Amino acid sequence: MTQWIEACGADDVNNEDVIRFDHAGRTFAIFRSPEDKYYATEGQCTHEKIHLCDGLVMDNIIECPKHNGRFDYKTGQAKGAPCIINLKTYPTKVEGGKVFINIA
Amino acid sequence: MSGMVIIGGGMAAARACINLRASDYQGPITLISEEALLPYDRPPLSKASIMEEGEPQPIWLLEPDIVASLKVDSKLGVAVSKIDRAAKRVVLTDGSDVAYDKLLIATGAKPRSLGPHALTLRDHKDTLELRKRFVPDKNVVIVGGGFIGLELASSAAKRGCKVTVIEAQPRILMRGVPEAIAKIIHERHVAAGVEMLTGTAIETINAHSVKLKDGREIPADTIIAGIGASPEVWLAQEAGLTIENGIACNAQMQTSDPDIYAAGDCCSFVHEQMGGRRIRLEAWRSAQEQAATAVANMLGGSKAHVSVPWFWSDQYDLGLQITGMADMGPRTVTRIVSNDALILFHVAENGTLMGASGIGPGNSIARDIKLAEMMIAKQMKPAPDALADPNVQLKALLKG
Repeated sequence: MTQWIEACGADDVNNEDVIRFDHAGRTFAIFRSPEDKYYATEGQCTHEKIHLCDGLVMDNIIECPKHNGRFDYKTGQAKGAPCIINLKTYPTKVEGGKVFINIA
Repeated sequence: MSGMVIIGGGMAAARACINLRASDYQGPITLISEEALLPYDRPPLSKASIMEEGEPQPIWLLEPDIVASLKVDSKLGVAVSKIDRAAKRVVLTDGSDVAYDKLLIATGAKPRSLGPHALTLRDHKDTLELRKRFVPDKNVVIVGGGFIGLELASSAAKRGCKVTVIEAQPRILMRGVPEAIAKIIHERHVAAGVEMLTGTAIETINAHSVKLKDGREIPADTIIAGIGASPEVWLAQEAGLTIENGIACNAQMQTSDPDIYAAGDCCSFVHEQMGGRRIRLEAWRSAQEQAATAVANMLGGSKAHVSVPWFWSDQYDLGLQITGMADMGPRTVTRIVSNDALILFHVAENGTLMGASGIGPGNSIARDIKLAEMMIAKQMKPAPDALADPNVQLKALLKG
């Protein structure tokens, strides 16, 4: 099953950065990698529900702004203390200068 | 059979257990904590745990199933009464003893007391007590304008209490927070209705009031002492270990006994990157990092602890983060991030970035503070003009 929704403009996210996207009571994080590819994960850290959009993106890693937990945003894998639970990831596509994510 | 023994019930102790197993250490691990609970997270005790609607549960750093899977023998609700260095064993208050190959002391710090009428905050049961008392219109008097005092003032004000903060120094947060940022926090407390009495000395603390030197008497249903904490060193002291503003460790987190290490609030250590000087940190992430360094060395390594210090405080909607050593950077460069967020960079005379202090709503300054931390670790000398200009991305400076 697919449910593609428009998350943001492709230019709304800087290269190697992240923004927050809220939809229907859920919150997501939309990433743009250094290679200009787009990724999406759930929006909050799995440790204490902090919004990841305030965190720092370096290469393929997002670091939580509160407790410095780390994730690979491309795979969702937890990469550093205190995080042990992986992030959910969502497929993305870019069409007509817009980023879409499949939240199904 | 002896193995690794860890004394303590906080972040450093929990992290040591996890890292020992993550490093493939197969031998016995014994965790001894005076508290009856497994290690839990302490930062929420002054904030989220007070504000929660229902009865707050500790946020476990080691859940029971994790303890089991790590094969940690946890001895809870029992204290160590003596470290017998000659026999390499610890003696417990229940009369038993545990032998060690290597010992980690992670006993933390204990709040300084102001006598029987003033409560302190150290553990989960203290939080439960404060929650009961933080009800609307009660008078809460907090002695000490440091982080614990101010976070509790914020929590009490949010719960509708009439809050007074008394600070003997001319301003709050004298230790470690630049004046410009302390001023923003001060004003935020005033806006929340907190009475902020700085430069105010106390005469006596009574059961239901605090009498000031100037003659005023502040009525109090609850009085809290937030005047700092002392490192828990007595076990180490009795055992003859060197004490110097905490249990004295070298850069490897090793005490004066090569088989005994220390980590977290209870110890001081030599920070090679921060001018090779001896520092003691009372900070959540530092406790983890020090435990990681200690464990690596308990297992035969010779790793020096070089992590750049970092800590945060949340009060109301404001998030404060500080990294590095502000006092090693006498030159201040200010970056106005937005109309409600600000970062001060602390720069040494030779231009090296030594620290950064930021404040703003929520976690708005977190990423820039993280980038500053990375620049400090690399001992960079960023151009002051660039640091001051909010249009210059710190990431670009870092990548140079």
